[in-house]
Amino acid sequence: MTLLRPLGRAARGSLTFLRRDKKAAAGSIILFVLLVITAFPNWFAPDDPAAEIYKPGVGLSFSHLLGTTSFGQDVFSQLIVGTRQSVLIALIVGFFCTVLSVGIGITAAYSGGLVDDSLSLFTDVVLVIPTFPLIIVITAYLKNASFWLIVLVLVVTGWSYGARQLRVQALSLRNRDYLLAAKARGESRWYVIGVELIPPMTSLIVANFLGAALYAVLAASALQFVGLGNINTESWGTMLYWAQNNEALATGLPLWALAPGIAIAVLGSALALLNYAFDEVSNPALRPVSSRALKKVGA
Amino acid sequence: MRFLARRLGFLLVALWAALTVNFFIPRLMPGNPAESMMATFRGRVNPSALHALEAAFGINSHQSLVSAYFQYVNNTLHGNLGISISYFPIPVSTMIMRALPWSLGLVGVSTVLGFILGTGLGAVAAWRRGGALDSVLPPTFIVISAFPYFWVGLLSIWLFALTLKWFPILGGYTETANPTWNWTFIVDVLQHAVLPAFTILITSIGGWILTMRNNMITVVAEDYVKMARAKGLKPRRILWQYAGRNAMLPNLTGFAMSLGFVISGAILVEYVFNYPGLGFMLLQAVQNEDYPLMQSLFLLITVAVLLAIFVSDIVTAVLDPRTRIRS
Repeated sequence: MTLLRPLGRAARGSLTFLRRDKKAAAGSIILFVLLVITAFPNWFAPDDPAAEIYKPGVGLSFSHLLGTTSFGQDVFSQLIVGTRQSVLIALIVGFFCTVLSVGIGITAAYSGGLVDDSLSLFTDVVLVIPTFPLIIVITAYLKNASFWLIVLVLVVTGWSYGARQLRVQALSLRNRDYLLAAKARGESRWYVIGVELIPPMTSLIVANFLGAALYAVLAASALQFVGLGNINTESWGTMLYWAQNNEALATGLPLWALAPGIAIAVLGSALALLNYAFDEVSNPALRPVSSRALKKVGA
Repeated sequence: MRFLARRLGFLLVALWAALTVNFFIPRLMPGNPAESMMATFRGRVNPSALHALEAAFGINSHQSLVSAYFQYVNNTLHGNLGISISYFPIPVSTMIMRALPWSLGLVGVSTVLGFILGTGLGAVAAWRRGGALDSVLPPTFIVISAFPYFWVGLLSIWLFALTLKWFPILGGYTETANPTWNWTFIVDVLQHAVLPAFTILITSIGGWILTMRNNMITVVAEDYVKMARAKGLKPRRILWQYAGRNAMLPNLTGFAMSLGFVISGAILVEYVFNYPGLGFMLLQAVQNEDYPLMQSLFLLITVAVLLAIFVSDIVTAVLDPRTRIRS
């Protein structure tokens, strides 16, 4: 029961937070809509996205909201069905990156000494090696990498930034009195980490999840765009790949190439807006102020 | 001195890690991709080059992994990067030297420009807290930072090159132009660079603006800034010489950290614009299964990023005594 109370408080707190913070509210609404589309694409997509059944290269119309491809596929249906892969990549990569970041960052900070030194060195080295060229090299050898292989590659390359941030935060909390008190009470290591150390870091952990998810969406779509994913699956990145390879822009079908990019940006903005809002939670000084409020306090 | 030694040590460790990763990636991949590459090129390249490739990728060799590793490290340190397959028999190093100036020019100029402009805008936004800039810039650039680099490139090609016809669509210069140091050629190169540079600038500037704004908000609240105001110094002087100088320091560290990110974006921008730099060459090497060229490009890009990080660490330490003492 004692564990449930903070949960209830957190739920109520996040509702107030959404009502007050416009950025967070916009991000959550977009994300919710995309999740619904991910779960039930058939409610929205009029056609089979792969079916080449229409007149190729049709512009905007009521029957084809975003026109058709030069193969005669419905662009709007492709966009709807492609949502699933991007959203899933974001959530799955974001989740596993966060688990790794929390595990490595907090272990380093909590253990200190040699463990901290070696884990920090490892984190820093992974952090400075430029990720995207590395991903390109790995996927070039893998050839048409499957969904899960791409997830694996993105997780392996994407955890280090979060681990570094969380380590710094955990270090600053490590010698606080309430943590020392818990240790003096003889609480177990896992109790101290799980109940005393992690909860105050929640907003930073959530911000890290969102950052990793954004990175995953952009990196995965870039890989698919250059033809390094599986080009025969339905996703926004592969739509861009086919549009680019059939010169959609030069042949008067700009919507084919522009629509998936906007879709990526909509998902990305939702994650970035939420991320920024969580930053403002952990650092209240950053919150937007109106000039009227500033005048009132005489600043 | 101790600080310098530490950073130098880290640079060496990171370089070694990059070198080692580069060596093991092809060997760890399922189904030996290098072997299929060799099968494609057998008969097309001469036997001695083929043999050198076999040694580099560990095929048909009776060499132990350890001795192959040391041979590879030795070769790489001597600048012996192997032979490009798709541009046979040109050595990889020659190919890279051809592409390097294009990337350095494009990415270098647009990154430095983005850093200066972004830092300046961020400082002004935070200085006029709640003003027009402060309420417009952060949300705008949060959204822009979520756009894929390559897509912004596609959009600007469509808008400025295809629709408005203001700029050329592709390449680093007009194919028929005479590539010498004359005025027409320089203008031609600049015209071709505008759209890719604009794309990199617009997608990377948001990061600088947001971090600078956030640093600046913290710094403006410090006592020494209040003191400066109390002394009646001109606001412009307080903004740049008191608050701005200190708020910029974390941004410089961020500059190092996000450089890898900018390079990643630049690879895709070069690809979209067929810009003849390292990124475009990397993706072409991938498409041609030119693994020696691809691996060398990865290594070179990594080394460039690591060196840039090292330099910006040193610059930060020179400007900020606290970093020297803390380590």
